[in-house]
Amino acid sequence: MAEERETRERILILIPAFNEEEKIQAVVRDVRKEMPGVPVLVVNDGSGDQTEARARASGARVLTHPFNMGYGAALQTGYKYALRHGFDCVLQMDGDGQHDPRYLPALRREVLEGGVDVAIGSRFLGEGDYRAGWARQLGIALFRRVASTLCGQRITDPTSGYQALSRRAVEFCALDSFPGDYPDADVLVMMHRAGLRLGEVPVRMHPNARGRSMHSGLKPLYYLYKMFLSIALNCIRRERPAR
Amino acid sequence: MFLHQKIFAVVASLLIMALVVELVRRRKLREEYSWLWLLTGAVIVALVLWYDLLVALTRLIGAIAPTTTLFIFGLLFLMVISLHYSIQISKLSHQVKTMAQELALLRGKVEEPAEPGPET
Repeated sequence: MAEERETRERILILIPAFNEEEKIQAVVRDVRKEMPGVPVLVVNDGSGDQTEARARASGARVLTHPFNMGYGAALQTGYKYALRHGFDCVLQMDGDGQHDPRYLPALRREVLEGGVDVAIGSRFLGEGDYRAGWARQLGIALFRRVASTLCGQRITDPTSGYQALSRRAVEFCALDSFPGDYPDADVLVMMHRAGLRLGEVPVRMHPNARGRSMHSGLKPLYYLYKMFLSIALNCIRRERPAR
Repeated sequence: MFLHQKIFAVVASLLIMALVVELVRRRKLREEYSWLWLLTGAVIVALVLWYDLLVALTRLIGAIAPTTTLFIFGLLFLMVISLHYSIQISKLSHQVKTMAQELALLRGKVEEPAEPGPET
């Protein structure tokens, strides 16, 4: 029995959430149904609503930031938790129901058996029929090109937050260089340059779940600027290789 | 440079320097941030009193009026100090982020003392 424990991989499901009181319970419930027995950690990023209580009521472990710090910071808190508790693989997904938990096993397999450090759940590999507005499509196409070129492999969905990370990748993302706001294509490039192996898994995403998108108003422009600056700087900065 | 221009520049600089010293004395400003301000005040006083240096400097940077030189250096100083503040703010927000994450992790531990490790 003890030996079997040793050989079994330890997996953590990580869900960053900010003001998701309406969705979080259903998300956690679906995840637990899909991956029974696997611990679910919700990082509540300073929500002003009932996110924390509802997540806890649905059986997830909850860590709460004292104030809102952004998506990336919430992910990183989860990574730090995973490292301190000795998890081998982190499966991360959004708390708004956009990511279909049925693809969690496929993502996990890609990391634990496929020898990949970062498995990206891509909505553009045939599963589902994801439709986005033209502006968003343009942005995704742009980042797809940039990420694919810089990573030396085809990356179809560099802005996907539905990912599985190996322990090496989690260690890398727990470093100070991980951005606090929106980790996206720039982080993929950074990880590639640090010697981590990337791979993609087809997933289905629900486009309308994110009614109030974080990309609205002037933010997309700032986002574009930030992403390109970040990628450009990553290219002239020497990356410490991942252990 | 007219006499009252000189008087104004010197008095203004001395007032600022006195204010900085007073703020440090009352511990409202940390010593490490005061030296840049004091240095600027001192440089302005020195340039006004040692007029030949100001003229030489004006010729060196290609300006025409010596007062321009004072303004240019004043502006440059302000830019440097703003940049310095930006760096400080970046550093502080990074520290705050790390601390808040640590707080969340520790609070999770305290509130769930019997929290199991990874389920196997």
